[in-house]
Amino acid sequence: MTEVTYLEALRQGLWEEMERDPRVFILGEDVGAYGGAFKVTEGFAKQFGEERVIDTPISEAAIVGAAAGAAHMGMRPVAEMQFIDFISCAYDMLTNYVATARYRAGLATPMVVRGPCGGYVRGGPFHSQNPEAAFFHTPGLKIVYPATARDAKGLIKASIRDDDPVIYLEHKWLYRRIKEQLPEGEDLLTPIGEARLAREGKDLSIVTYGATVWKALEAAERLATDDGLSIEVLDLRTLVPMDDAAIMRTVEKTNKVLIVHEDTRTGGVAGEIAARINEQAFAWLDGPIMRVTAHDVPLPYAPTLEDFVLPQTEDIVKAARWLAAY
Amino acid sequence: MASRAAPTTQSPPVPAGLTRDQLLDIYRYLRLTRTLEERLVALYRQSKVIGGLFRSLGQEGESVASAYALDRGPNRDILSPLIRNLGSMLVMGAQPIQILRQYMAKAEGPTHGRELNVHFNDLERGYLGQVSHLGDMVPVMAGIALTFKLRGERRVGLVYIGDGATSTGTFHEGLNFAAVQRVPLVVIAEYNRWAYSTPPEKQFAVKDLAEKVKAYGVPGVTVDGNDVLAVYEATRFAVERARAGHGVHVIEVKTYRRKGHAEHDDQHYVPKDELDWWAKENDPVDRYVKRLLQSEWVEERELQAIDEQTKAEIDQTTDACVDEPLPPGDSALEGVYAHPPLLTPHWYRSL
Repeated sequence: MTEVTYLEALRQGLWEEMERDPRVFILGEDVGAYGGAFKVTEGFAKQFGEERVIDTPISEAAIVGAAAGAAHMGMRPVAEMQFIDFISCAYDMLTNYVATARYRAGLATPMVVRGPCGGYVRGGPFHSQNPEAAFFHTPGLKIVYPATARDAKGLIKASIRDDDPVIYLEHKWLYRRIKEQLPEGEDLLTPIGEARLAREGKDLSIVTYGATVWKALEAAERLATDDGLSIEVLDLRTLVPMDDAAIMRTVEKTNKVLIVHEDTRTGGVAGEIAARINEQAFAWLDGPIMRVTAHDVPLPYAPTLEDFVLPQTEDIVKAARWLAAY
Repeated sequence: MASRAAPTTQSPPVPAGLTRDQLLDIYRYLRLTRTLEERLVALYRQSKVIGGLFRSLGQEGESVASAYALDRGPNRDILSPLIRNLGSMLVMGAQPIQILRQYMAKAEGPTHGRELNVHFNDLERGYLGQVSHLGDMVPVMAGIALTFKLRGERRVGLVYIGDGATSTGTFHEGLNFAAVQRVPLVVIAEYNRWAYSTPPEKQFAVKDLAEKVKAYGVPGVTVDGNDVLAVYEATRFAVERARAGHGVHVIEVKTYRRKGHAEHDDQHYVPKDELDWWAKENDPVDRYVKRLLQSEWVEERELQAIDEQTKAEIDQTTDACVDEPLPPGDSALEGVYAHPPLLTPHWYRSL
């Protein structure tokens, strides 16, 4: 066992897949000689050569489009968005071309688009986004969002091996903040489509993913200490396909559910989860399905503003306490 | 083109390294394209063609000739056609029955009723159908050509782009990416005068598309798009250059869209005398036939035989599929993903 950060775990996963499968290659801005803006691919170009770690122009549509073309030909491209905020520049390519390829034309497009997302880092409106809702709505794409180092590694490996296009969202606030003991020399895979019970409880469930898994766990700890509440935390890990069974299991167990995500509220993933619970587990509910999310504003830069807009541990504590008392 | 020698007892040598049989083969594809489209018009008027019908009338020459310059056969060169490149797809091996079924949304069609017109593909035969978001196929084909380069395969990609679509971001991003990576990609830029109803002067401020692409550090040439042999020769040169590892090459073909954007479009924005001139004086098939006969490369009866065979083939093919069923509704839930392969109908469907 070795202690590795979330970022190092992701790096290891990429490295192992590059070693394991010659069809895997990486393309993106500054990923080669420079090693990527966050150094996820540091040393890759030296080890695997410039042909497999391709520095591209600033052209997200070309990066994603070229990855799709290569994927059709049997390659397994991993396209990096330097910051995931720029994935919107490839929105057309992903939603119209990549997502529809198998359905409309029987074209296999096994590719991964990955990049650093998320706030709590004072990145401002264009270096803090959570883009999942835009793609969550598009049939044909899978979306994974690891919260732990183990899943950062396990999900990148599973995404590369998946036969469908996968958007892999990695949270930059977790990059060097989260550390975990991981086994060495083991083929660590996290199955796509399976949620993880991050904490067991019986009074109330928090369904969440990404960085807010850690905020939910922190809140659960405080509520246990201060209020004697037993909070269950479900880390979704995959947003598409969503693990409905795991969500319904926890709802049936605690009968109260708080959905937490860092992304803005309207049209967000939490709304869809609430709708599914309503359709599939209404009879099990002892209270309204409530949400803790970012406010519906572009994410501002100043610490005072960002902290106000984003969901904080204190918000989760208050909301869960309110719901537990309902 | 080659100047005419004094009459001899032998016909002048066939240009561009083509054989007599190949000249006839090209003619067969031109005729097949036109005949098939004429049949589609009839089926459209009978409401058998369900969606829009896009004609390539006047552009068959550049489509067929450019595709003919590729290496064809299993897992050879790959092209990505646009809606007006039916001829290119036929050259690469798309079958008329697939085209007819696709237009009529038949269950047995290549996309089983999911997509329209020529939006389908067969990568082994060498064609990748477009999406409607113009320009997108340039980056995708750059990725296919990149794969050829990465694997050290001596294969070439070819992508078509319309004059209007050279205004899209994906065209620029894809072309730049391909140029920087020096991938084996040939771009056929079709200057056909009309992007739906928009003329080139409202689309870009340069005169020729060849001028536009030079800023990417790739060669751009302009060719008479209705001169079949000129397009073939220019494409052949670009393809071999790409195959030899010299990267992207753009060929602008000057041609003309003689029908509306689709069958519903009455072209009221097009000057009538302009249409007449292109039909009478600059039809690519007429010009090709004239050249074949004047040069005495082929005999008229050979062309007539092809015309008759083609018509019979299209008649038989239409009869074979016109009454086929549409796909069952619930087949719509298959194949969004490889895993899971099948979605379930909404709950109220089983009430």
